[in-house]
Parts: sequence; C-alpha cells; structure tokens
Amino acid sequence: MRWRGTPWYSRFPWMLVVFVAAFMVPWLGSRYDTFLGTQIAIDALFAVSLNLLLGTTGLVSFGHVAYFGIGAYVCGILMKTYGMPFALALPAAALGAAAFALVFGFFCVRLTKIYFAMLTLAFSQIVWAVCFKWNDVTGGDQGLPDVPYPALDWMSAIPGFDNLRIADQFYLLTLVVVVLSLAAIRRIVASPFGRMLTAIRENPERAAFIGVDVRTYELAVFVLAGGFAGIAGALFGIFNRGVFADYVYWPKSAEVMIMTILGGIEYFWGPVVGAATLVLLNQQITSYTEYWPFVLGVILLVLLFVFPGGIVGGIAAGLARFGNRNGRRVSA
Amino acid sequence: MVEASFLFGQFLGGLTTAMFLFLIASGLSLVFGVMRVLNFAHGSFYMLGAYIAWQVVQWVAPTPHRFWLAALAAAVGVALLGAIIERLLLRHLYGREELYQLLFTYALVLILGDAAKAVWGTGQLSVSRPPILSGGLELFGTTLPTYNLFIMLIGPAIAVAVWLVLTRSAAGRMVRAAALDREMLGALGANVGAIYTGMFCVSSFLAGLSGALVTPIESIVPGMDVEIIVEAFIVVVIGGLGSFWGTFWGSVIYGQVLSFGILVFPSFSIFSVFALMAVILIIRPWGLFGRPIR
Repeated sequence: MRWRGTPWYSRFPWMLVVFVAAFMVPWLGSRYDTFLGTQIAIDALFAVSLNLLLGTTGLVSFGHVAYFGIGAYVCGILMKTYGMPFALALPAAALGAAAFALVFGFFCVRLTKIYFAMLTLAFSQIVWAVCFKWNDVTGGDQGLPDVPYPALDWMSAIPGFDNLRIADQFYLLTLVVVVLSLAAIRRIVASPFGRMLTAIRENPERAAFIGVDVRTYELAVFVLAGGFAGIAGALFGIFNRGVFADYVYWPKSAEVMIMTILGGIEYFWGPVVGAATLVLLNQQITSYTEYWPFVLGVILLVLLFVFPGGIVGGIAAGLARFGNRNGRRVSA
Repeated sequence: MVEASFLFGQFLGGLTTAMFLFLIASGLSLVFGVMRVLNFAHGSFYMLGAYIAWQVVQWVAPTPHRFWLAALAAAVGVALLGAIIERLLLRHLYGREELYQLLFTYALVLILGDAAKAVWGTGQLSVSRPPILSGGLELFGTTLPTYNLFIMLIGPAIAVAVWLVLTRSAAGRMVRAAALDREMLGALGANVGAIYTGMFCVSSFLAGLSGALVTPIESIVPGMDVEIIVEAFIVVVIGGLGSFWGTFWGSVIYGQVLSFGILVFPSFSIFSVFALMAVILIIRPWGLFGRPIR
C-alpha cells in the first residue's frame, strides 16, 4: 500500500481541515475573501475535472473549456430564460455538458496524442463559434447577463446563517457542491475503473492487449470529466452574474491546464492547490500591474523548466528527502 | 440566380484569404513536420512581425520603398527572435512529452502578447499600402486590389521555393532526413540541433513576413495572435500535419469554404470552417495530404 509506513503528516486529514476552514470564511473573512473563495472552489473543480483526463488517463484535452461553457450556458439559460430552480438546472447543466462530451468524445478518443488535442480544440472552437453567433439562444457576443442567484432564503432560517449576504450563501452552496463533486471524483479515481484509466495512461497498447476496451474507457472518463466541468461552469455563470462567449474561447482551456499543471498532475489535490495559487496570485499581481498574462507566462516557463512536477510534486519531493534524512523508508 | 461576376469576386476574396493563410500556416507546418512541435507562438510571431513593420514605417522617412524595408526588417527580426528562443529554451524540451512543448509555446503566447501591449499599446495601428501596389485591377466585372493580387502570387511563389529547397537541395535533404529519423541522422554525424534551429528560424521568418504583409489589409490589434493561430491550425490540420503541399491545398479549401460559407450561412461562416476541420479530423485524422504517423 502506498500509505503504509508514511509519516503522520501524510495521513492527517488535511482536506477536512481545509474544508472546515473554507466553510468558516463567510463568518471570519471579509466580503472579498468570500469572493476569492468562490472562485477558488469553482476553478478547483474545473481543474480536477481536467486532471481526470490529463493526469489520470494521460489524455491532453485542449478543449476542456467547451464543457465548462456548455454547463454555464445550460444552467444560465434554464434559470434566466425559463425560471427553472437551481436544484434542477445544475444537474441539467452537468447532463448537458456530459451529453456533448459523449458526442464529441466519441470522435476524439479515436485519435491519439496531438490529434486528440487538436480535435478537442476544434470542437471547443465550434462550441465557441455557435455561442458567439447564436443570438436567439446564447445572446451571441452580448452574452447572457443577469443570471439570477438560486433561491437560498431557506438558508437564512438556519440559526447562525441569518446574517449572511446572498453572495455568502451562494459561496456555501458552491463549496458544498464542489466538495461533493471532488469526493465523487476521488472515489472514481480510486475505483477499479480509475485504476484501469491509469493503466491506460501508462501503456495503452498493453492495456488493450490484456483485453481492456481502451476507447470505451477513454470515452467514459471524457464524459465524466465533461460533466464535472459542466457543474463548475454552471456555478461560475451564477457567480459571475452572467454567461459570455469568452468563457468558451480557447485560451481558457490553456488557463485551466496551467492551473492543473501548476499544482501537479500526478496528485489528486494538485489541481486544487494550483487553482488556489493561481487565483490568489492573480489577485495579488493584478493590484500591481495590468500585465497578468505576462506574469502567468513567466510562471509557466519556470514551472516547465524548474518544477515539472508542479507545486505538490515539489513539496512531495522535498518531504521525501526530509523523510530520508530522518532514516525513514519512503514509499514511491 | 446569382451573378457570375459576384461569385468570381467571392472566389477571388477566398483565394486572397487562402494565400495569406498559407504564408502563415506554411511556417507552422514546416516546424511540425520536422520537429513535431505544434507551435502556438507562431501567431505571436506573426503579430510581432506586424508591429515591427509598423514601427519601421514610422521610423523611416516616407519613401516609396519603405514598406519593403519594413517587411524585410520584420521578417529578419522575428527570425532572429525565433532562433534565440529555440536555442535557449525550446531545445531543452524535445525529449519531454508533447504537453510540455505545447505549454511552452503557450507561455510564449502570453509573454509576447503582453510585451507587444506594453510596447505598442492597445490601440489599432495600420500601415498604408506601398504606392506601387495601391491601384486596382478590373477582372470580369469585379475590381481586385493590386495588393491582393500580389498576395495571391507570393503564396504560390513561396510554396514553390520551399518545395524546391526541400526536394532539390542538400540542405533540404538533411531537413527531410531529420523529419524521418532524427536519431539516425544524428548518429550519421549530422548536426541535428543546427537543422532544428534553422527550421525554427525559417518558420519564424515566414511568420514575421506574413505579419508585415497583413498590415496594409488589416489593422494591427492585440489579440490578432490568438485569432490567427487557430485559423492556421485549421489549415494545417485540413491539409495534413506536416505535409507542405497539404497546407497549401488546406489554405485554398479554407479560403473558399469561408468565402462561400458566408453566402450559405451568413452568420455561421466561422462555424463552417471549424466543422470542416472536425469532419476531416474524424475521417482522416492525418489530413487530406498527410500520412498516418504513429
């Protein structure tokens, strides 16, 4: 087992601590902290969903933003145009994104490597072109402003929750949805299905040779990743008070990929760390300079040349070294 | 019934777009064909070419030939930048996974895009057409600007020139060998590193040149880099990644689909080219003229 004989700091339930701390933000932090918290939670889910493809299965999707955008549009259109409650619009967004992922993925998984990346990019650009031009449904280049908040009045009835602003309440809702999604993804990765995905990543030919239907597995994980990205997109559309075609433009796909890799694709929580780091860094740096993309580019270069394992990979390597020095056996 | 002269006008418009895109996409295709690197920064090189050309035009006294000087300066400047980037950075990533190379070129997109914004601002800039090409030509009832004709001729000229160099010269033979089997070529004593640097340099040269040549037709704005790179990708994918003539025909098809797609779906013409790319990737992932690679 991976964790046997590992030091206490590896076995400690850090994520529970993080979750409890994150849950306290509306009471302890400022309005701005809640705002950042919502963004981090949404980006974390988006990045982890991409990592299902990137890290777990070894599929480089350059069009993951399509499913994020479809989720945002489905949820936004249902809630704004049709007045549907959030409790129905969110699953609909996940299903909508997953359905598109099923159709697009059906073709994408037939290709490998660079061709897979190109076809995912092509499909995401098709989605973008449609969102950008289909004025009647998506609002075209004007987008879909004023997506309403979900009805969260019931939350005020809970003792202790009554002084919260609607943005705080939405943050708590987002946090719960994201944590449940992350828990589900974690279960998927740790399941036999998830192990098979990793086998495919390590050696697709060998996996096929022992009788694994590689394409079906890849398609299944593509659909799952798309569905979770759709949930993240739905939350983001509400959080941002509107859905716009920019959400689906290809540089966004690169951005989420940078988050994922910044955290470390070889670790489940890597993308979460990457998302938090990037959101916080963005907020720090944009207060000094408008040239955030420049800084992001430099971060990416440093990452590629100096820390290819990402932040979590770097920390793990550091801890492993520390453990070795103390004479402990370090498992791989 | 649509008039023939109108259709001919659409056709010429499509052909101009096509030859223009070919200038850009050819560099992308060469680098992918030889080095197997999909260069997102190619669009940024193109944008830098446009800005440098504008800058040189501002510096030089208004003589009839300053546009050509500017175009040459842009192409050479960007070629040098490309060579430096390849030597200092990209070179260290060849052994790594494709993902890292993609992200490296994307980092360049971010950095160069912002650098251009810092130097040249966010406004629209434009360059006037060189006087010798400022007229128009009457052709079957439509007027074709001379400059567009020039673009239409320079595309095939570059295609033929590159093809001749690749197939008939010693250097071209080395490049083709490097594309086929890099390790073998290295083992035979050839300097593969120099070939790669040269390839990247030539590709950047073409990007810078096409950036300079676009300035009389379109205004120079931030964001032209990410817009053009996707179009160039489509062209390269349609024709076949790494196939040079494929890129040529890919551009022709792209130009015509875009030009006539506007007539069929007025607001969905961008959609038609993306759809075309998707269909081709599905049926023949290696493109119309490419060969399947493993």
